[in-house]
Formats: sequence, C-alpha cells, structure tokens
Amino acid sequence: MAERCAVIGVGQTHHKAKRDDVSIAGMVREAAKMALADADLTWSDIDAVVIGKAPDMFEGNMMPELYLAPALGAVGKPMIRVHTAGSVGGSTALVAAHLVKSGRHKRVLTVAYEKQSDSDAMWALSVPQPFAAPLLAGAGGYFAPVIRAYMRRAGAPDHIGRMVAVKDRLNALRNPYAHLHLPDIDMAMVEESIMLWEPLRYLESCPSSDGAAAMVLAAEDAISGSNPPAWIHGTAMRSEPTIFAGRDQVNPRAGRECAADVYAQAGITNPREQFDCAEVYVPFSWYEPMWLENLGFCEQGDGWKLTESGATAFDGDIPWNCSGGVLSSNPIGASGMLRFLEVAMQVRGQAGEHQVDGAKLALGQAYGGGAQFFSMWVVGSEKP
Amino acid sequence: MTDATTAGADVGPVTTLATPISLDFDFTPGVAQSRFLKALATGTFVGQRCPVCTKVYVPSRGTCPTDGVATTEEVVLSNSGTVTTFCVVNVPFAGQSIEIPYICAQILLDGANVSFMGLIQEIPTDQIRMGLRVEAVWVDDADLTPSLASIKYFRPNGETDAPYESYEEYL
Ligand SMILES: [Zn+2]
Repeated sequence: MAERCAVIGVGQTHHKAKRDDVSIAGMVREAAKMALADADLTWSDIDAVVIGKAPDMFEGNMMPELYLAPALGAVGKPMIRVHTAGSVGGSTALVAAHLVKSGRHKRVLTVAYEKQSDSDAMWALSVPQPFAAPLLAGAGGYFAPVIRAYMRRAGAPDHIGRMVAVKDRLNALRNPYAHLHLPDIDMAMVEESIMLWEPLRYLESCPSSDGAAAMVLAAEDAISGSNPPAWIHGTAMRSEPTIFAGRDQVNPRAGRECAADVYAQAGITNPREQFDCAEVYVPFSWYEPMWLENLGFCEQGDGWKLTESGATAFDGDIPWNCSGGVLSSNPIGASGMLRFLEVAMQVRGQAGEHQVDGAKLALGQAYGGGAQFFSMWVVGSEKP
Repeated sequence: MTDATTAGADVGPVTTLATPISLDFDFTPGVAQSRFLKALATGTFVGQRCPVCTKVYVPSRGTCPTDGVATTEEVVLSNSGTVTTFCVVNVPFAGQSIEIPYICAQILLDGANVSFMGLIQEIPTDQIRMGLRVEAVWVDDADLTPSLASIKYFRPNGETDAPYESYEEYL
C-alpha cells in the first residue's frame, strides 16, 4: 500500500511577458520560497527537489537544473529533472508525488518554469529538419489542422473557440497571478484579432510568459502549515508516438487511457458530476471542447455543446480553468504544474476570487509535444 | 538592454544582452530514410509497408510504431494525394523561409496510410479545403537532390474532391 501524499504548500510568480528584474534562478526561487512559507517549512526540511521545464533549446541553457540546484536548496540532496514537453509541469509534480508515495522521501519540493522572454520558442519549435518540409510555424501551426479536423468531425460552429477565449480571460480577471488581464474582452474583440494560423486567431492562442510554479508535497506523517492539505487521490501519465497509421490526433488514445487510469484510482465514474472543477491544458481555445471529450466529461462529438451551454464557465456546473488557464498565462514548462497547483488551491479553499465554493474534488491535466504526452492528477480535501 | 553606441553618462549598467543563436547539425538518415531521400532525388515517393499490419509509411522510419517490427518492403507511391486537413499560416517567425500567408496541409498520398506535411500553392488561400486532390510539383531534373527541397510544392490536380469518409480515419 502506497503512502498517502498531499500538497501542503503552493507558490507561483506573477506571470508576465518579461521578468527582467530576475534571472531564471531568481524566478524559480521566488515560487519555491512561497511554497515553503505556505507549508511553514524552511529549505532544510526538504528531502529532495524535482524540477521540470520545456525543451532546453527554448532559452538555450543546456541542463539548467545543474545551475539551479543552489537556488533551490538542492545542493547535497537528490535532484531530478523531468522533461515531457508542454506536459512537463504536470509530470514533474507526479514524479515528486511518487517519491513520497513510495515511502522514499517525506517532503519533496517540486518546481517548474519557463522564461520565454529569454527565449524564442517559435524558432526552437520550427527548426528545419531534412525529412520534413520547413512549414511548421510553432505549436499553433501544428495544432490548427487538428482543430480543423475536430470542427469537421464534431460539426462544431465557429464561435465555440471564441467563447472559450472570452471565458478563460474573464476568469483571469479573478486571478492576480495571471499574465493577461483583459477587462474589455468579448466575442467581437476575439473575432477582430489577427488570424495567425487559420482557423486560430491571436486571442484564441496562449501568450508567451515568464513564470514559475512550486509545490511542497508531503507524506501523511509530515504534514505541516496552517492551510489544509490537498490529498492526492490518483496520478497517471501516458504517451504515444506522434505518427502511426490510424492515430486519432483529435482524441488521442494516450489521453483517454490516462484519464481511465487516474479515474479508476480516484473512484471517478462520472467526471462531470463528481468533480467540482478542473484545470485542463488549453493553449488554444478549441482544446477545451476537444479535451472535454477526451477526458470523458461528455459523449464524443458533444464537447462543443457543453462549452456552448456555459457548463464550463465559472458559474457553470463543471467550471474549467477558473484561474484563466494556459490561455491567460503560459510559462510553458510551468503551465502544466499550474494546472495541478490550481486544483490543489481549489480543494484547499485558497483560490481567492476564483475559488469554486466548497470545491472538494478536482482534476488537473496537462499535455505536451504533438499531444503525445499526458499527465493527470486528482486531488481532494478528504483523505483518499 | 542598453545600447552601448548611444550610452551616455547617465545610462545604467547592462543587465541583458540579446545575442543571435543558430543551430547547425549533421544529419545521418539511416537506411529507411536514406531510401526515401534518394527516391526524392529521382522525383518519386517511396514508402515502406509493415509486414504485420500492412500499413504503408511515408517517409518510413524503418519500423512500424504499432507492431515494433522492421518495415523492409518498399512501395512506390503515387504523385497524387488528398489534403486531409490544413491551416493557413499567417504568423512571421525567425528563420521562416516561405512568404506568408501560406497553406500548410496534411497530405495523404494515394497508397499511403500516414499523411505528411506539405506546402500547397496555385490555389488562393480562401479556396483550400479538406478533401482537395493535389499533386507534387518537382524542381527541374537538374536540381533534384536527396531532400525535400526537391518538391517545390503541391497543387490541385484537377480531380473531384475526395469524400470525407475516404480520409476520416487519417485525422
Ligand atoms: Zn504494423
């Protein structure tokens, strides 16, 4: 029987286009110190550090974990780097959770970050390769054709993407840490924004952010701090190749199987009813209806109807991305951890203006690469 | 960033420096991709069939990801295919080699079971559609090389659009 594990401390930076007041080391330390303070711990109480970020080529720092060890109090302690592209923030938290659940460590600090202003992610994601035409224009160029395929398959009307873009930005107004605060956001403003990768417009896409996220995870006999713990009820990761004959790119099998695994651990048979909220990796607006279907919140083809009905809005029956989500803050490596951290905040009752009343059970999800990596956890206010 | 050429006495210390970055690498394609690339130098597409599931991969990486076996049987594919899905790229970025806006499409060659990304031209960007039938346009014979640079682009081949059901499973 695995040890119980809980989130006892969370920290995040104010996500911004450019944090020119701090280095990467200063930025990750800022989030880590917040998480330690929340858990009422100091650096010396931590047994191990697990860190994640997206590809090294983004900032051009190879193996940045080596230089970040002193900033994170990790000198002389186990330090692990995790890398699963955009899902990395989620899988980093999961590796940390598994170190506790296995009984190996009592208290683990986990951190994820990206400093996009130090980098050129578009360039790094579009480097020409001799066996592929040099057409790829960043992540949007990769996912826009998949979104078009979803729209055709589900018969979804054009305005659904704009609805998600507005909803998540309205939510961000409740979150002081969110990068984008657009008080005037509405459907017309999204529609008037420039078309980047048709059918995706500028305001249907995530921003480029600098930011970091951190959490302290602890075993049951090492709980500390004055905020209640968020108990981990299930953890799962899956991957699949980006190319194979018959691959369903719109509704990837790895995502469906990852959800089935984490739901089985947490006793979830009806996610829409049992969860009080969810934080799901939606970097482009249309990924909300697509992941609603992939995660089993509705039948295949009905995701856009759920979005259209308002069910996923802040006052809906299953609010998604109350924090504003990836559409409002995207420090890539940290974006997945922010999903996991935000649901921990919800079940701890510490989400402030974007708190869902009485949230007890919530799903955090992240995906990465060509939708080939998935990580998920379920957290609750009650012990599993 | 402080611009040193205009720095006056009251300019603060340099805290950030933007420097160009480049990435040069040698690529060793291996057996399967070498065959694909060499075929490009003759103006043809060559794929490989999985002996277990019989699916045809182009370009092949030499193994079937589903069955984990080597794909050794070579299959010469058609010069024509179907646009399964696409986007119109209208975003500039560092290192971009094609003028925007351009059509980036997933093309399923006739006889293949995986699509690959290709540039579509000779059709206005507002007329591109799923199911469009296209053909490869190659560079002049003298300019053919074992690289994707041998394909200038794809263009409509004049055939009737493929029905959605014919490529639905490749999305
Ligand atoms: Zn096979």
